[in-house]
Amino acid sequence: MSDPAIAHAAQFDDATQQREAATFGMWVFLATEILFFGGMFLGYAAYRRAYPAAFAAASRHTLLAFGATNTAVLLISSAMMAFAVRAAREKRRAALAWRLFATAALGLLFLGIKGFEYAREFSEHLLPGASFHFDPPYTNQAEMFFYLYFLMTGVHAIHVTIGVVLIAIFGSRAWHTDAFARNDTAVDLLGLYWHFVDIVWVFLFPLIYLVERHS
Amino acid sequence: MKQPPSSGRFLFTLAALLGLLALTIGVAYVDLGPFNTTAALTISVAKAVLIVMIFMGIRGRSPLIWVALGTGFFFLAIMFVLSMSDFLTRGWK
Repeated sequence: MSDPAIAHAAQFDDATQQREAATFGMWVFLATEILFFGGMFLGYAAYRRAYPAAFAAASRHTLLAFGATNTAVLLISSAMMAFAVRAAREKRRAALAWRLFATAALGLLFLGIKGFEYAREFSEHLLPGASFHFDPPYTNQAEMFFYLYFLMTGVHAIHVTIGVVLIAIFGSRAWHTDAFARNDTAVDLLGLYWHFVDIVWVFLFPLIYLVERHS
Repeated sequence: MKQPPSSGRFLFTLAALLGLLALTIGVAYVDLGPFNTTAALTISVAKAVLIVMIFMGIRGRSPLIWVALGTGFFFLAIMFVLSMSDFLTRGWK
């Protein structure tokens, strides 16, 4: 299984062990990310349980069409990333570069749509703070919903931004060098990170946009 | 790690994910009483499983990966179970 063409660092027996150690490290990082986001999801669960009617009223002020579009954009970008990882595995340098650039472009589109949403919510005085406005009787509880909304989507957007920057850098490296043709582990690990960010959004989407939409 | 799945499998997975997205929006407009949230989260879990199994290709990886992933969810479960055992048993709403 060991590929003698791939160089490995002195502390590893061979390239296979090096790849497995790096991959394990990324999954351990993702496990800490589960707990990082988990704390915010717990806060959401506690407040939603305490103020279900207020959360339903506040959720109806979010822009469902934009949220749904963004979910589709992120899912498609994840599929594109899976194709990029495969191109790296098959040592197809040009395909890898274009697929990475396409993934990054979809990530940018996500951020653009999210930014548009933020601008709309800001102009509608839904940003928690002195100028927050929400019709009674749920003013304070709705402010808590929007506090959680901006916190969770904001932290998620930071993750997307980091992903877009890294993917663009990787795309550029794939285009200009043969680094990933020699060793595709880094592309694989970046893919894992991107899919994780996608999964977080998969859970955020119904909790933000779809609370009691039927009533 | 084994060879990743074929293009067809990636496209089929994407189609399934987009279908589940449409389903979760549709179900949100049907009054299921207390089960709307359950339905939404069940669909989210299904989407996450698809992403982890196919896009992240966890089945072809070292068993050690399951330890990392399992540990993350184990401690997440502890956090939720202990915290909610408090919140859910308080008298206030």
